[in-house]
Amino acid sequence: MTIDRAAVDHVARLARLDLSEEERERMQVELAAILDHAEKIQALDLDGIEPTSHAIPLRNVMRPDEVTPSLPQEVALANAPETEDGRFRVPRIIEDS
Amino acid sequence: MSEDTIWKSATQLARELDAGEVSATDIAEHLIVRADATDDKIKAYLNRTDDRLRADAAASDERRAAGEARSRYDGVPVGYKDIFVTRGVTSTAASRILESWVPPYDATVVSRCTEGGLPMTGKTNLDEFAMGSSTENSGFFPSRNPWDLDKVPGGSSGGSAAAVAAGLVPWAWGTDTGGSVRQPASLSGIVGVNPTYGSISRYGLIAFASSLDRPGPLARTVEDAAALLQMAAGHDPLDSTSIPDEYPNLLDGIDGGIEGLRIGIVKEFVPTQEGVRQKIDEAYARLEKLGASLQEVSLPSFEHGISAYYLIAPAEASSNLARYDGVRYGRRAPGADIVAMTASSRDEGFGAEVKRRIMLGTYALSAGYYDAYYGKAQKVRTLIIQDLARAYADVDLIACPTTPTTAFALGEKTSDPLAMYLNDIFTVPVNLAGNAAISIPAGLAPEDGLPVGLQIVAKSLDEPTMFRAAYAFEQDLGFAGSPEGRPEL
Repeated sequence: MTIDRAAVDHVARLARLDLSEEERERMQVELAAILDHAEKIQALDLDGIEPTSHAIPLRNVMRPDEVTPSLPQEVALANAPETEDGRFRVPRIIEDS
Repeated sequence: MSEDTIWKSATQLARELDAGEVSATDIAEHLIVRADATDDKIKAYLNRTDDRLRADAAASDERRAAGEARSRYDGVPVGYKDIFVTRGVTSTAASRILESWVPPYDATVVSRCTEGGLPMTGKTNLDEFAMGSSTENSGFFPSRNPWDLDKVPGGSSGGSAAAVAAGLVPWAWGTDTGGSVRQPASLSGIVGVNPTYGSISRYGLIAFASSLDRPGPLARTVEDAAALLQMAAGHDPLDSTSIPDEYPNLLDGIDGGIEGLRIGIVKEFVPTQEGVRQKIDEAYARLEKLGASLQEVSLPSFEHGISAYYLIAPAEASSNLARYDGVRYGRRAPGADIVAMTASSRDEGFGAEVKRRIMLGTYALSAGYYDAYYGKAQKVRTLIIQDLARAYADVDLIACPTTPTTAFALGEKTSDPLAMYLNDIFTVPVNLAGNAAISIPAGLAPEDGLPVGLQIVAKSLDEPTMFRAAYAFEQDLGFAGSPEGRPEL
């Protein structure tokens, strides 16, 4: 199969990866090769087979709604690249109106 | 106290600690000398925590002197793959994006081993975010195979495997998402276990593919692997996928033998390397000699395991790794607005393989492709589970090779991602199905003198039977603990 450049650009945008020109070109080739291998399962008759998302049967696990100690603010912020007044600082999110 | 301390099993060291023949401090100092002498060549550790090791060992000696040892193994050091979160010690997942992250908490595996009194030697190397089969995808440097420094130790838990194989530590923790404990154990000539999904907590593992990830022990003997797993396994309220039932005892009856066990041989799984095929055939004959009855089983869906795995694992990874946004922790690169900042931080921080898998996973989950790729892969996962259930109607265990070849050369597969992925062909079905498996040494391949691993695959939560078979095989083969079982460095 082939993956066109527009698809790579679209997926890179969805994945928030600012890939270089060279990386985008290589990604086109490598993703196609890996997906070619996966083509084999496209040919399988899988009608009526239930999908498995998880290997063990899962139920929602609830805990009592009790207040327990959580990380102190300074510990939670200790690894942040940038903080201000006890908060995570980020670049502009909303355009000026 | 002799120079061969570094080669003693954890269980032997525990016996000597108990008898007062050795102290935890002696053991720690021997391991530090050993690492000083050899780890420049092997590069098993990303971060040796010698100060912590000495302090932990001294504290252990004090406990033991006061008659307050926390477990039989109190004072036997352990290493952790650097994907386990350790409080106050950088935990990088071998990624530049987490290069200086110092976690505020311990993974459950780490806290349980600490509660058992195990001093920490350090954090071992891996493929970035556990994505790889050679440790060459580490964001820092590759590790090397102690049996041949030009060969890879396997991956992604290659640092832990190399450390254990080279006598840097008696045992260590890895994680297995598609073979990442069993494959490096096989390539490095040691024991590696992938326990039943849900039987051991994922809390504090840096997530790769959450429906597949599991912590697993690496050790030089089957008994050690069982003991280390026992220390950390069992229900954990901090992991919502943790099985609430009590985990079985792995050590009681481990020496019970395999007389009468029915073992299935997977007819589709034939190693590509002649010497591996030979050693695996010898292993099957040995199991038969030990009293097991062998029969062929067919698992036709397994040939689609790699295809399904390399859609499901990247899909889950693309979602899990969305958390690295340059805001709360991890690397931040400049950007005019939040989207540009996040995208440039991720481009700078992630290596080539991680980007490839994020792209692949995002593609497989994107509108228009979801049903064709991710949806089909999930159905193949069901087929694999059904095939295994059918096989286990007739057999107690399944035996097969762990890998198609012995360790390959550094650089041999780095330019061909698919060739690297195919190395996991015998290991991924177990992750998809959720059951347990172990890789144990089956000797050295005659053509290259490198280790071959036998994989024994059990039903979910039937680890006791699996360990019993592995133990019987190991004792009869006599590789572990013998001069033949040690690489020369």
